[in-house]
Order: sequence, then structure tokens, then C-alpha cells
Amino acid sequence: MRTDTDPVALGVFLFIFAFVALVGFIAARRWRPPTLAKIDEWGLGGRSFGIWITWFLLGGDFYTAYTVIAVPALVYAVGAFGFFALPYTIIVYPFVFAVMPPLWRLAHRHGYVTAADVVRGQFGSKTLELAIALTGVLAVMPYIALQLIGMATVIKALGLNGELPLIVAFVILAVYAYSSGLRAPAAIAFIKDIMIYVAVVAAIAVIPIRLGGYAAVFDAADAAFKAKGSGAVILPSSQYVAYATLALGSALAAFMYPHTLTGVFASNGAQTIRKNAILLPAYTLLLGLLALLGYMAHAVQLDISDNNEVVPALFQALFPSWFAGFAFAAIAIGALVPAAVMSIGAANLFARNFWRAHIDQQISAAAEAQVAKIASLVVQIGAVFAVIFLPIQFALYLQLLGGMWIIQILPALVFGLYTSWFRAPALLAGWAAGILSGTYFAYSDGLKPLHAIHLGPIETTVYTALLALGVNIVVAVVVQTLPLSRVGSPAAKTRA
Amino acid sequence: MNIWWTRCLLLLPYIGLLYVPFYATRDPVLFGFPFFYWYQLAWVPLTSLLLWIVYRRLPDED
Repeated sequence: MRTDTDPVALGVFLFIFAFVALVGFIAARRWRPPTLAKIDEWGLGGRSFGIWITWFLLGGDFYTAYTVIAVPALVYAVGAFGFFALPYTIIVYPFVFAVMPPLWRLAHRHGYVTAADVVRGQFGSKTLELAIALTGVLAVMPYIALQLIGMATVIKALGLNGELPLIVAFVILAVYAYSSGLRAPAAIAFIKDIMIYVAVVAAIAVIPIRLGGYAAVFDAADAAFKAKGSGAVILPSSQYVAYATLALGSALAAFMYPHTLTGVFASNGAQTIRKNAILLPAYTLLLGLLALLGYMAHAVQLDISDNNEVVPALFQALFPSWFAGFAFAAIAIGALVPAAVMSIGAANLFARNFWRAHIDQQISAAAEAQVAKIASLVVQIGAVFAVIFLPIQFALYLQLLGGMWIIQILPALVFGLYTSWFRAPALLAGWAAGILSGTYFAYSDGLKPLHAIHLGPIETTVYTALLALGVNIVVAVVVQTLPLSRVGSPAAKTRA
Repeated sequence: MNIWWTRCLLLLPYIGLLYVPFYATRDPVLFGFPFFYWYQLAWVPLTSLLLWIVYRRLPDED
């Protein structure tokens, strides 16, 4: 990858970045409600987002800048296996379609802002509430750091060195989120998504033509994997189970994260969420084609030192400088949107389920919103420090563990929508068992997401998060059937 | 067809995509794409279509 300074690319990048930051800032300020001194207004945009705003916001929030960099990088490195992101981002939507509307109605009816609010309301347990909130914050922090890593990759490709550009970008982000709340990322999500669409459509239309068509691209990748002796264009049978469990586990975890749930709760109705489940797969199509950039990199025999450089290096190699600058700006702005929503989601959890629940129960609405705003700053500063001072691998490991942790809130958050059989102690025991077993598996496997299991003659590898979710559910069911745990307050009569 | 049966359509993408042995092959190739790739990509519009069919059958309950 080129890392010398290309004045045209850099100029275009800086111009677009500054322009979007300014427009977004003005738009978000003009879009402000009469008061932002309520957590629903600051942290959920007043639950007012319609179909299109929700589409752009959730799209920018779920298909993050890091995804745009990391998925082609994984496909470049391992081939077909990296493509699990495609079934993952398809099967997530029937789940969203079925589960999120009743969850939204519950949140709307009772004024819940976070997953932990829902769980406290359903099961009346402050311990379970705290467990859910803690899981959300822990899982989302490394995710924010990954957005920064995505941004740092394109900044490096532009020939800028040092941490200053990253710090400047995050000061902009912090001011944004602090002053306008969730409306700020929603305001720039439009521009950012259109830019990403333009960049990706150009890449998947133009690059294969220049390389002799998709058949040539697949052949080149096949040859490269054979020469390397690892990876494959067609998934080998030894990876079937790992592929399917990664797709399913990731799909179940995806909308448990604070940032995706914030996007769901901020929409203006259950029908808006259903329509979005129908329309959001458009991004998946794009992601699937984008993943093939990993194969295109083999076809042009890119010289890169780090797999994450696949996307920036391809744009540098095959497009004029101005377009590379445009695409890099799209990725950098694309990192701001999810990073802002993630920090807001984490801040909502802190203000609601830690501060209001345990520090100051009589807190006013205005003070609660203020706590959330300050918490969002702390989260962002924390992420910047983490990226600057800790090794990148650390963030990647934590992100991996984060996916396995966040899926453990699913029984507590979702089961209560369909049955009132479970009580808080059983769900808490399940949660603890899931977190501990999953962390243990991951640790014993050298922090890899796949765990080898032996069932008699059958030997296979499964996604650790799904395995730990299984432990979670089994423990919850067993504890619930034990006679001593028939105590605990019953689930609220809020079956949606 | 009652609404319960219509809702079962939501399970089809899971069956179609999680049973990997069915589609982890090269042939038939379409527009240069091995079956493994175009089959999974085809599930994207198909899933949207299935969701839309279920959506049409649901009462408007906002």
C-alpha cells in the first residue's frame, strides 16, 4: 500500500470531511427539539425517526466502517469462510422482523431507553438490570475502538502520520454527540451512506471489468489460495459447522448491542421497524459484493503488509487519486456514525441503569440527560486512549469476546416477550454461566472464536458464542425448574 | 393460509442458508460467480420478499 502523501487524494478527503462535518453539525442543531434535557430526546432522538431516517441510521450503524475494511480483509486472507458475513446479515432480518416490534412497543409504552430498562421492568431485578447494562458497555467499548482503527487505516493510506488526525476526528465526534445527541449521527448518516454506496458500487462495477470479469477474479483468488496452501474459494466440508454457527450466532448477537438497540428504540413505530427489516437487506447485497474486493486484491496481486489494507490499497491502485480521496472520506465519516451511536448507547446505559439505579434514584430528567452527555464524552475519550496506547490486537480480542458476552443478554431480553415462565434468578444464573463458560472456552482456545467439540464420533468446531448461549439457556431452564427458585417477582404483565 | 403458517415463511432463510452442504459447490456457475456465491446473494432479495409477504398479512397495530 502507498503511504506517501498524495496531494489530490488528501485535498479531496479533507474537503469532503470538513464539509460533511459542518453540514451535519448545522443540520443537527436546526433539527433540535424544544429541549434536549431529557434522555429520550438526547439519547433516542425523541423516538421520532421514520422509515428513511431509521434505514440510514441503522444501515450506517450496523454495516460499520470497520465492516467495510475487515470483511474484504478476511475474505482476502481465508477465502470462502470470510463470506459468513453474508448469511449472517441475511438471517438477522427475520429475527429483527419478529422480535424487535414487540420489544419496541414495550419500550415505548413504559419509556424504556435501554435493554437493561426493559429487563428491570420485566423481571423487577436490579441485579439483572446491572448485569445487562454492564455487558452492553463492555461489549460496545471495543467496537468503538474498531471504528477508530478503520478510520486510522484510511488516514494512514492518505500519508498522514501520528495520532493527531484521529484525535481531531474524535473531537468533532464528541462535540457532535454532546450537543445534539442521536440526531447528530442521524443527520450525517444520509450523506455517509450515499457516499459509501457510490464508492462501493464503483468498486464492484469497475474493478472486475478492469480485471477481466468476475470469473477471472475468482480464478485468480483460487490460484492464490492454492499457491499459499491455505484458504479456499469454495468452503471445505470441515468448515461447514463453523460457518453456519458463526452466521447464526452473529445474527442473534447483532441486535443485542447498545448501538443497534438504540437505533431500533429511536424509530417511531413497530411498522417502521418491520419495513426496515424488509429494506435493510439492500446493504447486505452491497456487503456481499464488497467482500469480493478481497478476491480482487488477489487478482491485482496487491503488495500489502496488513490484511486491513486491502480496501484502501485497491482504491489507490485502480482509481484516480480524487476518487480514492472520496472513498477514504466515505470510510472515515462512516466510522463517525456508528462510533457516535455506540457512545450514546453506552452513555444511556450508564445514566439509566447505573447512575439512576444505584447512585441517585431521585435524579431529575434534565440531570439524567446531563449524566448521559458527560458519559458519552468519557466513553469516546476512553476509546481514543485505548487505540493510541494499547496494541490493536487487544481491541480485536476484546471485540471478539464482546460478541460472545453480548449474546448472553438474549434470554433475559427476548424470552420475556414470549413467556412469563422465567424469573430473574434463573436468568441471572444463565447469564453468569454463559459469560463464564464462553470466556473460559475462548481463553482456552487462545482467544479464537471457534471451539472444537467432540460428540462421540463427531468432531467439529462451533462458534463459541453460540455454544455459551446454549450453556446459558440450559442453566436458566434448570435453575427455573429447581423448587427453591420459584421465588422472585413474577414477570410484569407486559407480554406484547 | 392463516397468519401462523405465513409466519413460518420467516424460517426459510435459516434453512436455506444454515444447511451449508447444499450450496458449498462451484457449479453451476452464473455470470462468473460460483454457486456458493450467487446462491447466497440470491437469498438477499428472496428474504426481503418473504418478509414483505408476512408484513402484508399482519394487521397494522402501531
